[in-house]
Amino acid sequence: MSLEWMAWTLPTALFFVTIAMLLAGMTVWQAVRPSIERRGFLRLRTTRGDRLFIGLLGSAYIHLAWLGLTDWSLWGALAVSIAWMAIVMRWG
Amino acid sequence: MNKIQDNRAWFLVMPVFVIVAMSAIIPLMTVVNYSVQDIFGPGNRVFVGAEWFIDVLGDRRLQEALWRQFLFSGLVLLIEIPLGVMIALTMPKRGWGVSATLVLIALPLLIPWNVIGTIWIIFTRPDIGLFGVIVNALGLGFDHTASPLDAWVTVMLMEVWHWTPLVALLAYAGLRAIPDAYYQAARIDGASAWAIFRYIQLPKMRGVLTIAVLLRFMDSFLIYAEPFVLTGGGPGNSTTFLSIHLVKIAVGQFDLGPAAAFSLIYFLIVLLFCWLFYQALQSVGTGDRA
Amino acid sequence: MRIRKSTIGLLIYLTLTLLPIYWMLNMSLRTNADILENFALIPLNITFDNYIKIFTDEAWYSGYLNSIIYVSINTAISLATALPAAYAFSRFRFLGDKHMFFWLLTNRMAPPAVFLLPFFQLYSTFGLIDTHIAVAISHCLFNVPLAVWILEGFMSGVPREIDETAYVDGYSFPRFFVTVFVPMIRTGIGVTAFFCFMFSWVELLLARTLTTTDAKPIAATMTRTVSATGLDWGLLAAAGILTIVPGALVIWFVRNYMAKGFALGRV
Repeated sequence: MSLEWMAWTLPTALFFVTIAMLLAGMTVWQAVRPSIERRGFLRLRTTRGDRLFIGLLGSAYIHLAWLGLTDWSLWGALAVSIAWMAIVMRWG
Repeated sequence: MNKIQDNRAWFLVMPVFVIVAMSAIIPLMTVVNYSVQDIFGPGNRVFVGAEWFIDVLGDRRLQEALWRQFLFSGLVLLIEIPLGVMIALTMPKRGWGVSATLVLIALPLLIPWNVIGTIWIIFTRPDIGLFGVIVNALGLGFDHTASPLDAWVTVMLMEVWHWTPLVALLAYAGLRAIPDAYYQAARIDGASAWAIFRYIQLPKMRGVLTIAVLLRFMDSFLIYAEPFVLTGGGPGNSTTFLSIHLVKIAVGQFDLGPAAAFSLIYFLIVLLFCWLFYQALQSVGTGDRA
Repeated sequence: MRIRKSTIGLLIYLTLTLLPIYWMLNMSLRTNADILENFALIPLNITFDNYIKIFTDEAWYSGYLNSIIYVSINTAISLATALPAAYAFSRFRFLGDKHMFFWLLTNRMAPPAVFLLPFFQLYSTFGLIDTHIAVAISHCLFNVPLAVWILEGFMSGVPREIDETAYVDGYSFPRFFVTVFVPMIRTGIGVTAFFCFMFSWVELLLARTLTTTDAKPIAATMTRTVSATGLDWGLLAAAGILTIVPGALVIWFVRNYMAKGFALGRV
């Protein structure tokens, strides 16, 4: 069985490895020290995992907006996204 | 209900996880891979970065399809929800009529989606369709294959005909959950029919109506087979909704890269609404659930 | 007086609902030449030729068999996998349970068009294109999450004391689940089977893409006929009418459970 049809590339492989590691890390963190629901500036009761999801979904939209509205390098979008993730994880 | 903390429950969830992961995660990864490459054939592909995304985001036909999609889903909600509630209010509450009405009302839901399209072609064609012939006899010159407005009217009629039953059944189930004592109390107070609806029935239906709104929004957002069969997305592109546009690119033109980029954007939109939907459901669940 | 007025409204709605279906029935009982020449509210020269052609031509009737086969396989897989999972969601808290549940739901909401190409590639790799099992598994994408969702609602309605009593009485988990719990929620299982049947039966896009001839569903056979044979309206209408029959039968059998299933609001 060949995986050729999936057409893997290095950047997408790195992307999925990062996501998988994030999920694995979050699982271990949750198992070691369970997160408690709280209400942040998003006005939603969220756990750590919920905030990770909100952060990732937001990042996807930041990247799309960056691509659609500007001609600048995508690294900028990545920087903004990381900042956004950090803010949501800490205060969301 | 208080649930027990037990991670062994994962063993029970495992089969579902495996089967859905195989159908969802592997294909999704593949779509992501396709979206950053130009694929000429097996083993012959070039990494192009975010180019397809820029193309797709700047594509005017996509933007038009997106607005058309929102307009369509909005109209669907505006028409189907009040109509469905009205029908539910008129449905009999007991006796032999209940089963008969339920079966007749649910009938359109069980028809394969492309057959729905076929039914409406046959029903609205200006030469052989009952609807088409009658409307044309009134001198309106109705033809859904030529006029964008007529095509929209036909697609909306079909959509309302097809899915209002779901809203009606949900609302009916909500109404059935209201104890008779409420109505008796209202009768003693001499409440009008409107007052009963506004202060007893409507609040009690809030839960099911939230679900109806969200389900109808999501499903109308994904609509494909019915308008595809009925109008093929035309005349012109006037009834090309997002799914139809996507399938045109992916299967019709076999442009894997742009189709994949489009798929991901489409999926992100759906994911956002799905998340909002889930949040809304949860707040209904924690509030007073009828 | 008020009751009568609302009944009239309901009757009007029901008439309008049935009108398009009646029109297709009307067409199905006439020859194509008759349809194109005469406009008639009631078929005058009734013929069953269209139906006879469908029941005798293998290209037609095999479509029905294919649809029924993959819908049945799909319903069986969905129920078998969803039952234990729904039990887990309704009884236990476990690591990532809420996220898992949400992730399942996103698949119910995902546009099948997005998965079209990779599905084709995936099933080609396994040599499953044009088999019933391929369509059945691909439909699990939306039917398994749906089944988990509906069943979880029904299971949450069963008090946990019942589980505990059974364990105290010395039942093992599998024995309790199969002999006590499953019979208790048979209404829920019926409703779930109904919805799995319904959504697999009405889906066309995936079923059409994953099949070519051997497992081609009836719905796809119909679209091919539309484009190929210069539109035989009578035949098309007859095929359409026959696709309604299994659904109508299923509704009739579950009509009493249906209101209850909808009452849980999980469709």
